[in-house]
Amino acid sequence: MSTTVTPPPKKVNHIGLEVLQYKGSKTTLCAGCGHNSISERIVECFYDLGVNPYTVAKFSGIGCSSKSPAYFLGLSHGFNGVHGRMPAIATGAILANRTLMGLGVTGDGDTASIGIGQFMHLVRRNIPMIYVIENNGVYGLTKGQFSATADLGSTLKTGIANDLPPFDCCALALKWGATFVARSFSGDKKQLQAIVKTAIAHRGLSVIDVISPCVTFNDHMGSTKSYSYMKDHEEALQELDFVPYFEDISVDIPEGEVSDVRMHDGSHLRIRKLARDFDVNDRFKALQALEESEAKGEVLTGVLYLNTDKPTFTDLLNLADEPLTTLPESKVRPPKSVLDAVMEELR
Amino acid sequence: MSTLEVSPAESLPEQSSHPVVNDFSIQVATVNGSGSQTANTVLMRSIFQMGVPVSGKNMFPSNIAGLPTWFTIRASKKGYIGRRKEIDILVAMNPETAREDVLKLDTGAVVIYDEPLKLNELRSDLHFFPVPFDKLVAPVCPEAKLRKLVRNMIYDGVVAQLLSIEMDEIHTALVKQFGKKKAKAAELNWGACKAGYEFAQKSFAQRVPYRVERMNATTGKIIIDGNAACALGCMFAGVTVVTWYPITPSSSLVESLIGYMRRFRHDPETGKATYAIVQAEDELASIGMALGGGWAGARSMTATAGPGISLMSEFIGLGYYAEIPVVVFDVERVGPSTGLPTRTQQGDVLTTAILSHGDTKHPMFFPCSPEECFTMAHEAFDFAEKFQTPVFVMTDLDLGMNNWMADAFAYPEKPIARGKVLDAEDLKRLGGFARYKDVDGDGVGYRTLPGTNHPAASYFTRGSGHNERAAYTEREDDYINNMDRLAHKFEVMRQHIPEPVVTIAPNAKIGFVAFGTSDYAVRESCDQLREEYGIEASYLRLKGYPFTQHLRDFITHHDRVYVVDQNRDAQLLGLMRLDFEPELVARLRSLRYYGGLPLDARTVTDEIVRQEGK
Repeated sequence: MSTTVTPPPKKVNHIGLEVLQYKGSKTTLCAGCGHNSISERIVECFYDLGVNPYTVAKFSGIGCSSKSPAYFLGLSHGFNGVHGRMPAIATGAILANRTLMGLGVTGDGDTASIGIGQFMHLVRRNIPMIYVIENNGVYGLTKGQFSATADLGSTLKTGIANDLPPFDCCALALKWGATFVARSFSGDKKQLQAIVKTAIAHRGLSVIDVISPCVTFNDHMGSTKSYSYMKDHEEALQELDFVPYFEDISVDIPEGEVSDVRMHDGSHLRIRKLARDFDVNDRFKALQALEESEAKGEVLTGVLYLNTDKPTFTDLLNLADEPLTTLPESKVRPPKSVLDAVMEELR
Repeated sequence: MSTLEVSPAESLPEQSSHPVVNDFSIQVATVNGSGSQTANTVLMRSIFQMGVPVSGKNMFPSNIAGLPTWFTIRASKKGYIGRRKEIDILVAMNPETAREDVLKLDTGAVVIYDEPLKLNELRSDLHFFPVPFDKLVAPVCPEAKLRKLVRNMIYDGVVAQLLSIEMDEIHTALVKQFGKKKAKAAELNWGACKAGYEFAQKSFAQRVPYRVERMNATTGKIIIDGNAACALGCMFAGVTVVTWYPITPSSSLVESLIGYMRRFRHDPETGKATYAIVQAEDELASIGMALGGGWAGARSMTATAGPGISLMSEFIGLGYYAEIPVVVFDVERVGPSTGLPTRTQQGDVLTTAILSHGDTKHPMFFPCSPEECFTMAHEAFDFAEKFQTPVFVMTDLDLGMNNWMADAFAYPEKPIARGKVLDAEDLKRLGGFARYKDVDGDGVGYRTLPGTNHPAASYFTRGSGHNERAAYTEREDDYINNMDRLAHKFEVMRQHIPEPVVTIAPNAKIGFVAFGTSDYAVRESCDQLREEYGIEASYLRLKGYPFTQHLRDFITHHDRVYVVDQNRDAQLLGLMRLDFEPELVARLRSLRYYGGLPLDARTVTDEIVRQEGK
């Protein structure tokens, strides 16, 4: 890697890195897999915002989705853990080093089936990290069984219908404490970019549920997670624009149509309302909107909730500012006088 | 009863004019939730303060209030602090168990009991001391609802008077127990104690055949439970990430740690914590968080018991295969399943040694005392980081939750050792690294921590097949090379695991191999075997696993080696079978106890005598 510009001038971001330096190894997922598009958005967003890849830690569980962290941010440490338990690993790592930017990538089986418990507790703790659910409603790596986000009545390739209702991961995240909740579609490049960038700027847990069709096992007529189903049923809440802190924001905003949320790092999320009246600060309305859209057979996408004030778990623990991992011995081993005093109490 | 020269007659034997000094056991039978723990601790501590070696064993139910509890205090001038089966003095406070408790006693034992229970009608070969507890408590505790709690202090007074325990020491112990903040409660309890003492003085002309006399065998010593000792060890080890899920008998380890860390591990300038402690949602999460912490570079730990170990199994395999340092304290209790949650056992040793699916092996440390809980706690963290692997510190309920007399802990001499970690400067010098390459021949690769500011720092950690450079692989040769390196790393650990304590008895044909809390019973049994049967026995106490050459030599040097296990299936013996060739295994015998109480010397001695055919 070279951080100094050498001729011929290559395109670099504001910390002097090329986009290549945000890429990972070649994907081994199926051609056309929605997950690959998400990996591309991650590469673009981290490059665009000039995130230092050395400060990022990638986490995943088990499944197709969980393989994908190998395909982006190759300069960042990655941890592909056990099935459904990525939240625990990420929690421990972020507590150990609070200066890391945690980026978790998981699937619907990983999160909503085997990992629902850990997911809910991650949400409850508001661990400061990005948690992307690559949601295709099906187990790809084991060749096409239903996951717990498969819609009632949707079918497998074999024609078998799902007779259980789905978990809505956004509704769960909204209800139990995530501070940034959004849904997107792997095929909606612009929206997903704005959401991922907002998540990078957010201080708190970002839950991003991305409908990401499985081209091999769940892109057929009976699927509600297929490309064609999403094209017909996606209902975007807003038009989103993310303006990073290092760019000029002085663009005229027409009154009443566009609202602006200021993020901790000084970036802005510019939200232009579409069809309905919707406020990203109102958790109850968001839950209501999800219920209503589900009843209408729509897939609601966009920013559902954004709260930039709530303390994170690291705040609650009153952790030292510097990483616990590298505190010197003088800070983590109390002096002999402390041991002597404790011994005296026990005599 | 071994300490009294008594005939098995039905009538009470003539009382010796020479009482037994500083060698007896007291059993207090109460109901849990009645405040008896305070009275028992005060009694134990007062004997300790008189310089007499003492131990206390709490046998309590898995319940909050209303079920039978027994507390045994053993005083031993010879310093035996293991459990003693024989009861010399019974304090019978629980009507539910009083009859059975009395019928179990050996002839000549002393019974102090609640007068209305009329226990004296049960047997004529015991010394009975009726005490009207309700009558005595009323005047010293005007508030009726507190009487249930204060009442137990009366027996402290009675026992003190009968055994010549100095009341000043009772008072000192009482004040220590309640602390400065609860001076009123201490005063109330002191009143009850005095009432008991005065009653005994006035009412009992007859003396008991036991007495406490001042010694100086406890100078400088402390009283502490093993869990608190582990907690202190962790704090001085520099632990930074602690995750846990409440489970008996390990909860108090982390609760003690929370107490100490709050006092001593906040930055004096900023007030901020130099640690994170998280009560997880279950043991799957607690070990997952601990591994995440260890991976990121924290000194990371969790504490649990058998059911938690079972739940952690999958993650431990990941820790082994991805090579992540973490320390797991297993305070063992009786299994299988929920088992007897408040009774002790060494029931997880075999499972833990090979925890998780596939080929896995894990190092274990076996502390036997609070001192070793303290030292091994920080040794375990160094070991985990040195070998980049989960390390288990195996204690048990007896060690973890009972109060033990111990030497004051020595401040760690060696600086904290963080193992092979490359930082940005190292990488600049080296140009790069391969995470799982055996550069030094010890099977341990170099690692980098996330957040390291260098383009060569990153690697991808996974529980799936990986090569030296941590890249995904399903190749046969990559897989075998990696597994062989892990096996080699485990072999190298043999040179670094704490060495056993070996005592060779001259001309001994037999030897003991034991670990953990079996130590007390085995050492006392060695004396019993010599003194009572003329049998000499050598003894090797294991302090860790994998086994070292010392164990092999020990087996070779003895005709028969008794492997002591506090479990049904001879788990330690099973591990030895995996390691040793048939000729050595043929010398091994099994000595097992698995009833849930701390192992006692007499059980060991009787079993050796039976197996040796003496």
